[in-house]
Amino acid sequence: MSKLTGAQILLRMLKEEGVDTIFGYPGGVVLDIYDELARTDLKHILVRHEQGAVHATDGYARATGKVGVCLVTSGPGATNTVTGIATANMDSIPIVVITGQVPTKLIGNDAFQEVDIVGITRPCTKHNYLVKDVKNLAKTIKEAFHIARSGRPGPVLIDLPKDISIAKTSFKLPDDIELRSYNPTYVPNRKQLQKVVDLIKKAKKPLIFSGGGVNLSRAHQELTELAQKNKIPVTSTLMGLGGFSGMDPLWLGMLGMHGTYRANMSVSECDLMIAVGVRFDDRVTGKTDEFAPYAKIVQIDIDPTSIQKNIQVQVPVVGDCKISLELLNQMIAQEDMGKFKPEHKQWLDRIDNWRKTTPLAYDQKDVIKPQYVIEKLFELTKGEAIITTEVGQNQMWAAQYYHFTEPGRFISSGGLGTMGFGLPAAVGAQVGAPDKIVVDIAGDGSIQMNIQEMATAVQYNLPVKVVILNNGFLGMVRQWQQLFYNRCYSSTKFQHTPDFVKLAEAYGAVGLRATKPEEVEKVLKEGLACNKAVIMDFVVEPEECVYPMVPAGAPISKMLLV
Amino acid sequence: MTKKHILSILVDNEPGVLSRIAGLFSGRGYNIESLCVAETNEPLVSRITMVTKGDTAILEQIKKQVNKIINVIKVADLTDQDFVERELVLLKVSAKPENRAEILRITDIFRGQIVDVGQEHFTINITGDAEKITAILTLLKPFGIREIARTGSIAMFRENKPKS
Ligand SMILES: Cc1ncc(C[n+]2csc(CCOP(=O)(O)OP(=O)(O)O)c2C)c(N)n1
Ligand SMILES: [Mg+2]
Repeated sequence: MSKLTGAQILLRMLKEEGVDTIFGYPGGVVLDIYDELARTDLKHILVRHEQGAVHATDGYARATGKVGVCLVTSGPGATNTVTGIATANMDSIPIVVITGQVPTKLIGNDAFQEVDIVGITRPCTKHNYLVKDVKNLAKTIKEAFHIARSGRPGPVLIDLPKDISIAKTSFKLPDDIELRSYNPTYVPNRKQLQKVVDLIKKAKKPLIFSGGGVNLSRAHQELTELAQKNKIPVTSTLMGLGGFSGMDPLWLGMLGMHGTYRANMSVSECDLMIAVGVRFDDRVTGKTDEFAPYAKIVQIDIDPTSIQKNIQVQVPVVGDCKISLELLNQMIAQEDMGKFKPEHKQWLDRIDNWRKTTPLAYDQKDVIKPQYVIEKLFELTKGEAIITTEVGQNQMWAAQYYHFTEPGRFISSGGLGTMGFGLPAAVGAQVGAPDKIVVDIAGDGSIQMNIQEMATAVQYNLPVKVVILNNGFLGMVRQWQQLFYNRCYSSTKFQHTPDFVKLAEAYGAVGLRATKPEEVEKVLKEGLACNKAVIMDFVVEPEECVYPMVPAGAPISKMLLV
Repeated sequence: MTKKHILSILVDNEPGVLSRIAGLFSGRGYNIESLCVAETNEPLVSRITMVTKGDTAILEQIKKQVNKIINVIKVADLTDQDFVERELVLLKVSAKPENRAEILRITDIFRGQIVDVGQEHFTINITGDAEKITAILTLLKPFGIREIARTGSIAMFRENKPKS
């Protein structure tokens, strides 16, 4: 049996797991790994900040459905990953983060660039490891990938001391992973599903409420079949966008704090809610006591902790979204579902009426409206782009006005709401989907949080498009100040912002700007046609608000509409 | 309704596992009344016995969240089941000459032992379930309890009795 160093084992195991690309940033304790890396055909994307590395890894994972991998050094390299890891954790994204660590002998001594990253990331990873013996390395890596991608996915961190990456051991491929303490339930209980079938049969005002779990398990076809065959309208969370086509007549738009009128009203009136892959986050439910007050609620999720946490449901179904929906569809196909009820028809008509009377709306006059930019972008890309977002108003307008048709198309930090996510995530998504148009819909605030990744995009010829909705404000915070703090714009107006066009040029990218509505289409066309990284700076209405809006803690039927 | 629960948790016997569990409780604002950890007869497995408090919904979340930790093998809630519970307590009681006989009598009734004696004190070793411990503490309190060390509860299911 051949003897390999820890570094060689690591890279060998990455290959075994099907990894071809990693995102990273070198440093002292990972020198041996980087040295070895130069002799493999693994593609390494050198980012400009470790936070960017993790977001790029995350964007790559969301766009491809594969496990993303990143590699950083100890100490500050490791602590810089924390925001990215927490972001991936909140959105259940499968990534493996490898951090270098000081040599085993020095751990606990406050050595140079030592930090207890396993301790720091314990509450924001799905699991993490400190490797103390090179003999355990191969198995640990295999286990890490298994845990990251199975069950409810999530980030796994492996802390690898320098001496372990140098130490040699005989290498043997580890056996298949069997963990007696970890066995996610994929196949749901049929009895529970039968209850769902019976409820669908009886329902007069059914509604499907889909979430990130549908995208993660790529259950969009099964969900579509359930909705279309049974004529059930669909709403989703922010994370669920793309799990059901935004172009389908049964689509209601997103629900919750900035949900559409018809989605929120449907929730408030439905008599059956089939919740799939959601966790009833507070941005979705508003006041929990008045959420779906007339509905029997079914909840399908692979993670039992998501069930009965915020909302009491009548029929819990623990299982993978895709497998559960597939089985449910089969059972429905074998069952006499009865005639299509007149009340059900009235329900669909009522929803259609809400769509007509109270659609998403804005008024485009002589200043560019941010919503208009997104609508044009949707039109020009025919809805086929991968859209990443930053956080704030830009994110909500992207969710409202771009329509997504597939999982992996809308890439946004939902759970943590991490400003600075969009650009590095776009870099990662573009690496994973080189033939797609990738657009980061950004705010002028957020884009400055990881703007350095423009250099990464330029270095690797990644033609990511950044659309800045430049309102001169930390817009979403300003909106709250306007509505709930008497227009006291405390620290939300930027007194100085860089010239984004010049900044793009300084990075070696292309910079474009539109200041008038009639320039929007031209700039978008030029930017989208460009085969280089590009920043498009849209100077938009400074005090536009995102509507509808449900004030925090109010029931979601109580929306501010203008 | 908030109620005391005894959880018996089997975990991988590995460094960091206790901190995963303790971190979960502090991070989510759950309450730990007592905690007891040691290896089981299987060296790779430890048992954590934990006393916690909460209403039914919180307890359900606690059990699910603990179960979700990768190193947790099994979580059992002993409350409302047939189980045996023991805690070991060492207590140092002021023992003036005129009180010594009474303290000894109480200790005897509770099947405790005096494990250390001084001019002015007894150190008493007591084992029992929560009720018994509370009872003896109440009885000894008037004499002056100087120090207490408690292990926290450990517990186990009783074997199913044959049906009669
Ligand atoms: C890292 C981080 N810091 C602070 C916040 C709080 N926050 C939420 S939205 C927002 C404003 C974002 O401004 P901008 O990027 O310009 O977007 P806009 O809302 O104007 O579209 C802020 C500060 C956050 N979400 N993330
Ligand atoms: Mg802004």
